[in-house]
Amino acid sequence: MIEAQGLTKRYGRTVAVNDLSFTVAPGKVTGFLGPNGAGKSTTMRMILGLDNPSAGTVRINGRRYAELHHPLRQVGALLDAKWVHPNRSARSHLRWIAASNRIPVKRVDEVLEVVGLTSVAGKRAGGFSLGMSQRLGIATALLGDPGVLLFDEPVNGLDPEGILWIRQFMHRLADEGRTVFVSSHLLSEMALTAQDLVVIGRGRLIAQTSTQEFIDNASESAVRVRGPEMERLHGLLTGQGLTVRDVPAGADGPAALLVPNASTEQIGELAGTVGLVLHELAAQRGSLEQAFIQLTGQDVEYQAGAGAPAGAAAAGGGTGVAVPPPAGEAPSGVPLNVPGGDAR
Amino acid sequence: MTLLTVERIKLFSTRSPWWCMILATALTVGLTSLFAATTRTKDLADLTPDATQFAYNFGLVVMMVMSTLAVTTEYRFGTIRSTFLAVPTRTPALVAKAVVVASLSGIVGEITAVGSWGIARLIQPDAPLALNTAQEYRNVFGVGLVYLLASVFAMAVGLIVRQSAGAIVIELIYLFLLENLLPVIPRIGDSIQHWLPFTVGDNFIVAGAVRHSDGPPVIDNMPLGPWGSLLYFAAVCIGLFVIGTVLARRRDA
Repeated sequence: MIEAQGLTKRYGRTVAVNDLSFTVAPGKVTGFLGPNGAGKSTTMRMILGLDNPSAGTVRINGRRYAELHHPLRQVGALLDAKWVHPNRSARSHLRWIAASNRIPVKRVDEVLEVVGLTSVAGKRAGGFSLGMSQRLGIATALLGDPGVLLFDEPVNGLDPEGILWIRQFMHRLADEGRTVFVSSHLLSEMALTAQDLVVIGRGRLIAQTSTQEFIDNASESAVRVRGPEMERLHGLLTGQGLTVRDVPAGADGPAALLVPNASTEQIGELAGTVGLVLHELAAQRGSLEQAFIQLTGQDVEYQAGAGAPAGAAAAGGGTGVAVPPPAGEAPSGVPLNVPGGDAR
Repeated sequence: MTLLTVERIKLFSTRSPWWCMILATALTVGLTSLFAATTRTKDLADLTPDATQFAYNFGLVVMMVMSTLAVTTEYRFGTIRSTFLAVPTRTPALVAKAVVVASLSGIVGEITAVGSWGIARLIQPDAPLALNTAQEYRNVFGVGLVYLLASVFAMAVGLIVRQSAGAIVIELIYLFLLENLLPVIPRIGDSIQHWLPFTVGDNFIVAGAVRHSDGPPVIDNMPLGPWGSLLYFAAVCIGLFVIGTVLARRRDA
C-alpha cells in the first residue's frame, strides 16, 4: 500500500511534481502513466526517500520510507538497471545489498535463479546486455521478498520476449498479494499489464481509475458500416437520429460510414428491418495512443512544433504551437481513424 | 557490524583497491630502497628511522585517491542510491564506509612504513636504524595513522564534490600546491604554515627528529607537539567528513 498526499517537488522555479495525491493498492498491478518528463521518476524517487519532497508526504504501509527498518525487506525497487558497478559481478552486487538488510546469502542465489541469471552470476555486470541488466535490477528488487514493489519503465529497450516475461512476472507478483507499481509512458503496454492506472501529466494527477474505465472513457467507440446502397444506409441511420460520418476510401478499405456511440447490434438490426444488404459491420475503438494524447495533450513537457491538424491550427491562430483539442470535444469526441479535415 | 561487512564486500569486489594498495606499497618501499642503496658510506649516520619514511607521501596520495574513488564511483555508477535505499538514514552507511576504507588505508600505511624501514635495514645493516626511543617508534609507526586520517579527508572531499576527477584534482592541488605555496607569503606565511592540516599531520611523524640534508623536512617552532598535531589533523579530517555527511543527507541522491 502506497499513499501519496499533496506530493510536490520543485527544482528552482520548475515544478516537477505538483500536489500529487494517489494510492496504490495491494494485490494488483498499478500502472503509473505519463508522457516523458511528466514527473514519474521523480515521484518514485520521493516514494523511496531518495529525493526530499518540497511539500506533501508519501507513506508505504503507513510509514515514511526513512522510518522503515530493513526497508529492502518491505519495499523492492528497480529505478535504473544501470545502478551497478560495472566491474563487480552480479553475485557480489546482490551480496552486498543482501548483507545491508541482513538478508541471508542463499537468497542471492534464489533470486538469480528466479530471473535466470545463475549462469552469469560471476560475470562482471558491466558486460551485461540491457535485458540482463534489467533482470539483475529485478533480482535486486526481489532480494528482500518485499510486499511492495516499484518498477520504473522496466520494459524500456527490451525485446518482445523480455517484455512478455516482465509482464507475466508482474502479474504473478500481484497475484501473490503484493503491491506492484509500474511506471511507463506507453499506454498500450500498461493496458496489458496494469489493472489500475495513476495517470499524470506535467506533474499533476490527471486520473486514477481502473485501466478499463480509463480506456473506455478516453477512447470513443464507433461502428463502421458499409454496403452497396450507401445513400439509403446514410438516410436510414440519420433518420434514427444517429450521427453519421462519411469515410472516404483509403488505407482502411473502401468508402464506408462511421457511426459513433452506436452498437453493431443496433445497426445490424436496423438494416435488417428494411432489408438492406451490408458488406461490412464492425465495432471500432480509438487507438490507445490517441486516447492518451487526448488526455495528456496539454500536459506534455516537450511539445513538438507543428503537430496540430489544419483545422485546429486555424482555430488557434498561431503557428508552431500545439493547440489542445477544443474543450467541448473532450473527452469523448476524439476524431478517430478519420483523415484530418473532414472529421467534423 | 552488518554495514561494515557491506562496505568490505563493496571494496574488495572490484579490482582497483587491490591495485592501489599494491601501487602504494611498491612505490614507497621501492623509492626507499633506492634511497638506502645509494646512500654513501660517509652519510650512513644520517640514515635514521625517520629518513626511511621520506617517501611516505607517494603511497599516501595513492591511498587518498583510492579513498576518494570509494565514494565517487558510488555516485558515478548510482550504487550510492542503492546504498541509501538499503540504509535510508544514510549516516550509518557513510560512517561504515569511512571506518572500513580508512582502516584499510591505515593498514597499508603501516605496511609501507615498516616495509620502508625494514628494507633500509636490510640494505644498510650498519646504519643507525634501531628503534629505541618513543620518537623513533613514532617516526615509523606514526605513518599509518596519518594515512588513516588522510583517507577520511579524501572521502570527505569525495562526498562534497561527488565526482572523481574533480575531487582528486582538488586534493592534489591542495596537497602539492597550496600547502607548499601558502608559506611563501611574506610575514604571515609562517603562521599559516603552522596550521595547514597536512603540514601539522606530518609534524606528528617528524617532530623532534634531527634535521638532515636528505631526510624529510622538519619545520621548526610548530606550535603543537606531536600528539597535539595528530589531534588537530584528526579534527580537520573528521570535521570535513561531518560536513560531507550532512551534505549527503540533505541532498537528493
